[in-house]
Parts: sequence; structure tokens; C-alpha cells
Amino acid sequence: MTATGSATVPVTAALALGDDALVLSHRLGEWAGHAPALEEEVALANIALDLLGQARVLLSLVGDEDELAYLREERSFRNLQLVEQPNGDFAHTIARQLYFSTYQHLLHAELAAGDGPFAPLAAKAVKEVAYHRDHAEQWTRRLGDGTGTSHERMRRACAALWRFTGEMFQPVEGLDVDWAALESRWLESVAEVLDRATLTVPEGPRTGAWSAGAGRQGIHTEPFGRMLAEMQHLHRSHPGASW
Amino acid sequence: MVTATALEAELLELAGSVPDPELPVLTLHELGVVRAVHLHGTDAAEVDLTPTYTGCPAVEAMSLDIERVLREHGLREVTVRRVLTPAWSTDDITPEGRRKLREFGIAPPRVRETSGPVPLTLGPTRTDATEAEPVPCPHCGSPDTELLSRFSSTACKALRRCLSCREPFDHFKEL
Repeated sequence: MTATGSATVPVTAALALGDDALVLSHRLGEWAGHAPALEEEVALANIALDLLGQARVLLSLVGDEDELAYLREERSFRNLQLVEQPNGDFAHTIARQLYFSTYQHLLHAELAAGDGPFAPLAAKAVKEVAYHRDHAEQWTRRLGDGTGTSHERMRRACAALWRFTGEMFQPVEGLDVDWAALESRWLESVAEVLDRATLTVPEGPRTGAWSAGAGRQGIHTEPFGRMLAEMQHLHRSHPGASW
Repeated sequence: MVTATALEAELLELAGSVPDPELPVLTLHELGVVRAVHLHGTDAAEVDLTPTYTGCPAVEAMSLDIERVLREHGLREVTVRRVLTPAWSTDDITPEGRRKLREFGIAPPRVRETSGPVPLTLGPTRTDATEAEPVPCPHCGSPDTELLSRFSSTACKALRRCLSCREPFDHFKEL
């Protein structure tokens, strides 16, 4: 089976979008067997599967999907630091989902409206991600406006991940997007959800103090190396193995 | 676009008759995923297949089944090409396909007036209070059903429960 080819695909952009989807998919897959309820286990696995499908299409546009996923070093990955953050408690996972799916939905809607090489995939992804976003919004409200404990955990999670949200709006080479407009729509949307959830928009900086760049430049946080080691070890230990 | 020949139309029908690997009550034609068959020469064909969800794991099984059926029909070379545009929508499921889904115990997707991104409204959790059109129970027909989870046994389904007969059921959710 061959994927639809496109004349010129900007490699940096394909890796940025593809790696975001791949890495978050792997993180969500880590919930398998550990989710708080069976329905939630299924939901997180389904979201992971959608993201994996998107990653496969995107990475295949610019190379061999398996080589790109399993044989690149940490520094060659272009995903956001947000998506590589550990699952934490369930509230952390939901906060990460809220921040990322809102971003991904807005970004893919914009890419789908254009006629660039990512438009076909974006047009499909935007419909799938609408469900991811809805899932995250519903849980944010349920936890924020739930018990004292769930409120406090949701508040803590939103605050802890806040500093990874600024990176999402740094321009990506090859994507023709109005990043400032995207950012203001994102802030508006997230603020609205948090408000309904009786939470407040976290204070504090939206980027880390480290100025060498972040995930888009191949600079990752410590947990990412451990995640990659687990994700890649089978393929690296048994090159060429198949089912 | 080149008009399909009579043979291409026949091959399209043949490829479309392959049952869906996950929902064998439906054919690929009824699911609306086989887009076209292009014949090259006399015995080579290229089939355009579109995935329901980007990550749908059934796509590979579908490709293999299509390949097998067309080879059995005498074609020497069969290539299945994945096409993404236009994006598949649940509106592509045929009326016959919807009827079969209901008989199989899966509530079919509601038909939308317009295509494009799914508009989402925020309602109280665990209810369907804000849904414009009810999803009737495929078992007893009652419109009084509630959403349990937006995700179910496969990516394309949501899990619901009937408030009249109390049976849980899958709903092929709108995409």
C-alpha cells in the first residue's frame, strides 16, 4: 500500500507534526492496563491510535516511518516538549490533552483550509482531533468542578504543564500559519474551558528559562530519553524482526 | 477525470463486495471506502482506498482482501493506493449500510446536513442533553439513550446505553 505522494514536503514541518503525534501516542499508550476505568482505558487507547495513524502518514511523507520512529536519536526528534512529559496522575494526562488537542485542532483546521502538502492529512485529522478535544474538555470540567481533591489535582496539573505551552506557537519552517492569531485563539479557548471548570488560567511564564530552544530544535527534557529507550529498544535489539 | 470503462466498473463492484474485516456485515462499498479502480493494460489494476480513521488498523486487512479478490478474478498485478482526499465521512456509508448496522445492533451515524469538522457543544457530563438529534437504541428503538463514552471498541464507535431497555450499545459516531 502506498501513501499519496506530494511534490515538495517540507521535512522540518513533517517531522514536527509527525513527532508530536508519535510521541503523544506512545505516552497515551502507557496508560494501557492502568487507566482509572475500562471506558477510559479504551478512550485513551483510541486517541493514541488516531495519533499513531497521523504520525505514520506524516513521517511516511519524508522517509521510512520505521527508521524515523525507531532509529533516530533524541536530538533528531522535533516534537514539542509538552507531548513528551510523563503521564503523571490522570489530571496531568488530561491537562496535557487539553493543551495539545486544542492546539492541534486549531492548527490542523488552518492547514486543512490551505492547499499545502499537509492539507489532505489535516482535513482528516481535524475531525478526529475534535473528539480528542471534546474528551479533554469534558474531563477538565468534571475534575475541576468535582471534589476538592480532583479540583486541586487538576489545578496543579494545569499549572505544572503551563510552561510548556509557549513553544507551540513558535513558527515552524514550512508551515504557512499566522502563529500569533493561533496563539490568541488557543488562549481564548483554553481560558473558556478552565473557567467552566472553576479553574483559573495559570500564572507564570509559558516557556522555560533555558534559552537554547526546545523540542522543535531537538532540545528535550530528561524523561524523553527514557521514553525513547523503551519505545525503540525492541526494534534496535532485533533489527528487521517481524511478526 | 477519465471515465471508467465497463471493466473498471465491474472491478470496482468486485472490490466493493469485500466484507469489512471489523464489521463483516458491511461491504467496503457500503462503508464507502473504495473510491475507484484504474486498469493499466489488460491485467494490472490500481485501487483507491480511503481510510475511515487515519489510524484505522483494518486498512491493511482491507488492502490484502481486495488484492486477493482481484487476483482471483485474473488480474496479475493489484496495487492498493491510500487516498486521503476528500476525507471520508460517515455520510459516505450507504443507506443499505446504515440499515445493516442497525440490524447488527450498532446505531448508525446520523446524517449531517453539511460536511466538515464536527461542531461540538459542551453539555453536562455523561448526558446527551445538548445533542440535537437523538441516537435511537438499535435494540428497542427508543430515542431515550445516553452517552457513556465517546470511544468504544473501535475508533469509529462511541458507547451508549438505552434508558428504556437498559442495553448498552455501540454507536457509529459521526465523522
